[in-house]
Amino acid sequence: MKSLTKFMDSFGAIILAVIWIAPLLFAFWAATHSTSDAVNLNLFSPWTLDNFRVAWNGAPWLKYFMNTFTLVTVILIGQFILTTLAGFAFAQLQFPGKDYVFILVLMQLFILPEVLIVENYAMVSRLGLFDTILGVGMPYMASAFGIFLMRQAFKGVPIELHEAARIEGCGLLGILWRVYVPLAKPTYLAYALVSVSTHWNNFLWPLIVTNSPETRPLTVGLSIFGAPENGVDISVISAATLMSVAPLLIAFLIFQRQFVQAFLRAGIK
Amino acid sequence: MSAHVNLERRRQAIYGWLLLSPAAVLLTVFAFYPSIATLWSSLFSRNTRRNPTEFIGTENYADLFADPTFWLVVKNNLFYAGVTIPMSIGIALAMALWANSKISARGFVRTAYFTPTVLPMIAAANLWLFFYTPGLGVLDQIGSVFGLPSVNWLGQPETALWAIIIVTIWKEAGFFMIFYLAALQTIPEDLKEAADIEGTSRWTYTRRIVLPLLMPTTLFIAVNAMINSVKLIDHLFILTKGGPSDASKLILYYIWEMAFAFFDAPHAAAITILVIAVLGIVAAVQFLYLDKRTHYQ
Repeated sequence: MKSLTKFMDSFGAIILAVIWIAPLLFAFWAATHSTSDAVNLNLFSPWTLDNFRVAWNGAPWLKYFMNTFTLVTVILIGQFILTTLAGFAFAQLQFPGKDYVFILVLMQLFILPEVLIVENYAMVSRLGLFDTILGVGMPYMASAFGIFLMRQAFKGVPIELHEAARIEGCGLLGILWRVYVPLAKPTYLAYALVSVSTHWNNFLWPLIVTNSPETRPLTVGLSIFGAPENGVDISVISAATLMSVAPLLIAFLIFQRQFVQAFLRAGIK
Repeated sequence: MSAHVNLERRRQAIYGWLLLSPAAVLLTVFAFYPSIATLWSSLFSRNTRRNPTEFIGTENYADLFADPTFWLVVKNNLFYAGVTIPMSIGIALAMALWANSKISARGFVRTAYFTPTVLPMIAAANLWLFFYTPGLGVLDQIGSVFGLPSVNWLGQPETALWAIIIVTIWKEAGFFMIFYLAALQTIPEDLKEAADIEGTSRWTYTRRIVLPLLMPTTLFIAVNAMINSVKLIDHLFILTKGGPSDASKLILYYIWEMAFAFFDAPHAAAITILVIAVLGIVAAVQFLYLDKRTHYQ
């Protein structure tokens, strides 16, 4: 009886797992076969890398990769600096008005940047940042989620360390840099993984703010490449899709454990 | 003595505000000011060639309430939320229970569940195109084996929104599974042992012990899923563009279309304000509810 339920469990779990990765498997199948063989699910048809060649030549992918890479780096650096400073102020300093400002910051959690696209677009244009990578990244830098996360991390630092550093003659920023930042390393790592995967995948906002291949990230490039008016077939689209998800997917498969831990840490705290 | 305390206090206040200011400036520029500006511009008429902008009060809102497309989009989004939230939570729970039990191939199972989470929604939509394309798609191929006719899943109003919903659930369930996994690992082993000694069935154990202990996690996930039901629209750009005849159009896509395809910023602003208001109410209810809960604990 017990082994039967165990078998049923494994069975159900694996069926669901196979269903869950089926779209990826089919894309892999389509990308490595000629279009007609791919759609007929002709199992004995020859393998080919032609689709990847066609897809690679169809758009400036290298530029798109670099843009996405620059974008997530710019956002991450901005977020680290801003959320560290603000998180520290909220966690360790006493000053009038602090609680009200904190509530304001938390309000941003439900004022989704995604919903404010119209005014943010106007703002980015006004600042002269339209069609720049900085323009894509800036609205996400002062992340309320990040500020909250860093505040929690800094609150957990023992006050004795703070006092000791002060007696040693360390200034406030020195204490922040030498005591708090090193101790919050795991939180930074978790936040970095969540932030990078979010912004690597972001689409709507970059679609609005970018206008040229010089600034366009991978997601926007992929959507333009796959548009039906470009007349590319499903095998080539699959190849392009696999190419563009490969870096993050490979990174995920290698660092799977850390990745999942990071999501856990960032979500639960 | 008190002079010293005063000095220290003032020093902390100055430092506090200095450290906050970069974040405060950006939050003001990209969240608070735009919210207020959106509210403001929702009260003005659209700037056309013949008519310059003028103050019209709540007329834009009245227009929306009289517009059947707006109500269709609202209905679509409620349906989208009403199906994706419980379905992705239910599947996430099943995934977590399985991924946490001692089954064979657990590593593969976990990876398979979580993988869609790391893919961009745009890429996910491209993968699903291969399933949905009429005639060529995998679903039609499977159907034809059983002699079923070809179905244009994305091209007909009856199925388009469902096609979008399935991609969303596929993308989200693995992400929510992670939170359930974390919660499951905090449930003490001795509860399970005690239940085994009592001869409690596995179903009863799950229903009476595990599910109640997972309630706070479920609440957290539900709030996330609710926010996502407004946010997740990228696949619309690839799969349906909101069509056919608006059958799969969701509210954020409608805002985008209104502003950047129809160039009607005031109406886009009015919808934005309505969405923010609803999200605000949800946040307030959640806050009050959570507040009460912690009171009783």
